[in-house]
Amino acid sequence: MNNGGYTRPQLVCPAGTPAALRTAVEAGADAVYCGLQNATNARNFPGLNFTPAELEAAIAYAHARAAKVLLAVNTFPRAGQFALWREAVDLGARLGIDALIVADLGVADYAARTYPALRLHLSVQAGASSPEAIRFYCEEFGVKRVVLPRILTVAEIADIHRQIPCEIETFVFGNHGLMAEGRCSLSAYATGLSTNMDGACSPAADVHYEEDAARNLTTKLGPFVIDRFACNENAGYPTICKGRYLTDARNEAYYAFEEPVTLNLAGLLPDLMRAGVTALKVEGRQRSRAYVRAVVSAFRKAVDDILAGGEASLASLLALTEGQRETEGAYRSKTWR
Amino acid sequence: MSSRAHADRSTAPLQSPSQTVPGWLLAAVPLVLLQPLLTHIATHVARSRPELFARLGPHTDKLFLIDPIDLPFVLLLRPNAARPYLQARRRFERPRHDATIAGTFLNLVNMIDGSLDGDALFFSRDLRVGGDTEAVVALRNALDDFEGSAFDAIVSAFGPLSAPLRLVVSSLRGMRKRKRHE
Repeated sequence: MNNGGYTRPQLVCPAGTPAALRTAVEAGADAVYCGLQNATNARNFPGLNFTPAELEAAIAYAHARAAKVLLAVNTFPRAGQFALWREAVDLGARLGIDALIVADLGVADYAARTYPALRLHLSVQAGASSPEAIRFYCEEFGVKRVVLPRILTVAEIADIHRQIPCEIETFVFGNHGLMAEGRCSLSAYATGLSTNMDGACSPAADVHYEEDAARNLTTKLGPFVIDRFACNENAGYPTICKGRYLTDARNEAYYAFEEPVTLNLAGLLPDLMRAGVTALKVEGRQRSRAYVRAVVSAFRKAVDDILAGGEASLASLLALTEGQRETEGAYRSKTWR
Repeated sequence: MSSRAHADRSTAPLQSPSQTVPGWLLAAVPLVLLQPLLTHIATHVARSRPELFARLGPHTDKLFLIDPIDLPFVLLLRPNAARPYLQARRRFERPRHDATIAGTFLNLVNMIDGSLDGDALFFSRDLRVGGDTEAVVALRNALDDFEGSAFDAIVSAFGPLSAPLRLVVSSLRGMRKRKRHE
């Protein structure tokens, strides 16, 4: 259906808890993605995610309101531990999820062979950023949608769209995520737990905050100091990729990989919709109901404004951003730093 | 660092900034008078909302020091459904704990009520956490899955005093909103 010259994109929103899922649906999400309480998803954090019973109830709640539920089974099984991922796929299929988000070849193969009618989406964790790679997943496993890594310009996305046989989902808000997704081992080096296999980047058990009397904050991951925030500085997530480091080549500590800043593509929504993007994704299953409500409502209104032929008017989301800063990252230009 | 290691230490007393709530009123109240009410709140929530505790996993026996920095006391919480524990203590007592969560009273209320994002409060340095980070994250996520308003559930334990207490907090929220718009 065309609206204001655009094809209506799906708004795909995060839910770390059943309450967040209901909040996302009420705020206007077309689809909500979530995970189980184990290593099969990339947000395996304490107190987060869904039990099988909660997932079943959440699917019923969403479907009754014409919203879809996508299950992230998007980590990579360790050798000899495939059963946990197989059980997650089986559970999702049995409960009637609308799509399975996968990254691992074996998981994709098992799902495609066992449940050929189950819709497969390729997770950003698969790191598929070329038409050749994406076409492989489509041809071998019948993948219907690819979630693109956050390293492409809008022009590159449009180019990929012309060369692949599946839908494109792209992030529009949340983690900037510039590391080679699905391959990053920085957190594993510091903590021994793998982001990609255990589902926890910077596991909370290894994160320690120390604030001195002057309110200067030191953030540690495992044995490493990854940042020191002065008393008047905004803070970021305790991930190595967003830390500041001292080297012989610099006089001051500097961001060696990326900066604590949040991706916000509100200003590029019309361009993304013109580029052939089917689904707009909000990152943040680890965030609260308050975040979900504010971000989903803002993007729902912005997309609807565009479809109505107007300009996107997006409420300020700066207060929710990491480091209280926003960026359009690589989407507008690869020289954003 | 293990959580046991944290249990053996206490952080320095947190400083109270200028009062944003009438903390001086509470400063005059002997904490022993608050204790029956706090025990009632903990028991009431444990009985009425048992689902809150399931998400805490191995952290139900941890001791959380909740520090509303503009009130003249801190709260010591053990979120165990079978043996809930909530006690008010003076800051100078430096009670033993596993994890600390500190912020203004209203920020803490709004966070557990699902109207403010904990990560955003942390980014802006309006929320301080210390000690066992995993326990803090589990508690935050458990509270965020609270069906409806966690604050309402807590306030309902006050019985006939619920309505005036809601009115006080509502007024404080209104005052803060007006102050932000000035």
